[in-house]
Amino acid sequence: MSEFGGLYDAILNGDQKVSVALTRQALEEGVEPLDLIHRYMIPAMDEAGKRFECEDFFVPELLLAARAMKGALELLRPRLAASGAQPAGRVVIGTVKGDLHDIGKNLVSSMLEGGGFEVTDLGADVSPEKFVEAVRKTGAQIVCLSALLTVTMPSMKTTIEAFRQAGIRDQVKVLIGGAPVTEQYAREIGADGYGGNANVAVALARQIVAAAS
Amino acid sequence: MTTFEKWLAAGPLITDGAWGTELQNRGLAAGEVPDSWNLEHPERVEQVGAAYREAGSRVILTNTFRSNPIALAASSLEGSTEALNRAGVAISKKAAAGQALVFASMGPTGKLLMTGDVTADQVRGAFARQAAALAEARADALVLETMSDIEEAGLALAAARETGLPVIVSFAFDSGRKLDRTMTGATPEQAARVAQEGGAAAVGANCGAGPAAFTEICRRLRAACDLPVWLKPNAGLPKVVGGQVLYSETPDEFAASAVELLSAGASFVGGCCGTSPDFIRALAKRAGACVSS
Repeated sequence: MSEFGGLYDAILNGDQKVSVALTRQALEEGVEPLDLIHRYMIPAMDEAGKRFECEDFFVPELLLAARAMKGALELLRPRLAASGAQPAGRVVIGTVKGDLHDIGKNLVSSMLEGGGFEVTDLGADVSPEKFVEAVRKTGAQIVCLSALLTVTMPSMKTTIEAFRQAGIRDQVKVLIGGAPVTEQYAREIGADGYGGNANVAVALARQIVAAAS
Repeated sequence: MTTFEKWLAAGPLITDGAWGTELQNRGLAAGEVPDSWNLEHPERVEQVGAAYREAGSRVILTNTFRSNPIALAASSLEGSTEALNRAGVAISKKAAAGQALVFASMGPTGKLLMTGDVTADQVRGAFARQAAALAEARADALVLETMSDIEEAGLALAAARETGLPVIVSFAFDSGRKLDRTMTGATPEQAARVAQEGGAAAVGANCGAGPAAFTEICRRLRAACDLPVWLKPNAGLPKVVGGQVLYSETPDEFAASAVELLSAGASFVGGCCGTSPDFIRALAKRAGACVSS
């Protein structure tokens, strides 16, 4: 790694202050934003994901790495936009109606942002109508629904039905997740995918975008 | 001998099962904060506690899992912290009718310390406020349940111990391939260390997996410290049946493996998600048979 190898470490260690400072310095020295993203930032998030898979990292470490990535990306965004670069995809995410739990949803949201997606996070206890409105407003291709409770999981089904009724079901792919949620449940309610963890969610989102382009 | 040791002197105690689903059977809407019923429908909350006492619970909890002011703030109820907690204890004491101990339930804040969403002082203050209200209403003990983060558990334990009541710390081991880590990665050994060093009266596990997986957790907790062990497994793992999410075990299946936890040395055994008074009745029956045989 060159002089900005520290950016890789800062993101992997979840140190947002250092990741932002190094990114700022790199930009001042004229380093290309895409160079930073591909040489340091994405490899750092990939490594964080690998450590999560082998149970070296857990939710908090992954969340901190994603935030350090997000802080650095925010500095790069204006330059990327000026150069005409598009986000990896547009995502609307939220915890479904009746459910106030947001740790898992926040993690998936941060990981998607870290993966270059433009994420509209609607928070927790989100009604089907709000999801429909956000999809219309943002033109998102992907919607991520989260639930921690077995009793609020049916809200995922009603949200998908609301997309159908609003005539926008074909515009979006719906991914679901949360502790009690299963692949089988995703199939049963007509979702397009299930992610058992935040890594899988990002991989699924990338697949969806790749398949559509 | 401490009060706590006296309770266990005659052998392990059967605790209770899930409350949320029982309240839903009595009309609690999805998304409604169950604890709010302590003030709105105390008689229905009492029915749940009484059903567990009748089923054989010798320890019943309180409907105060979410009554931590940080957790309550999510539904703008933090101003009712004292009222909800005091009412929760009063209701369970009435339901216990002197035949069961009342241990007051305290759940996590729902916020992560590590990411800076809350500070240690805020967490400590929130648990202290809830614990004080529960102690004032004369709970017999406090149970910190479904904890994930050992740092939050340590702060909660210190705050709860200021009341002078015995405090149990119970973790949700729901992560990792073997379901033996908490969401933040803590192992049973780390959990046991935090409990013992913090002066807990017992350490435990609840939620996460079914009773079969709890045998190994029980063994590891016992090997890592010398505290009594508290266990409340789910009724197996959730599965989807006709669009409904159900837990996979019947009361008899659950009781058959839960009773093994008593043999494994647990001092308190009950159930978490998916269990009902029928599960506790089946467990109490088998446990009774074990003791007398």
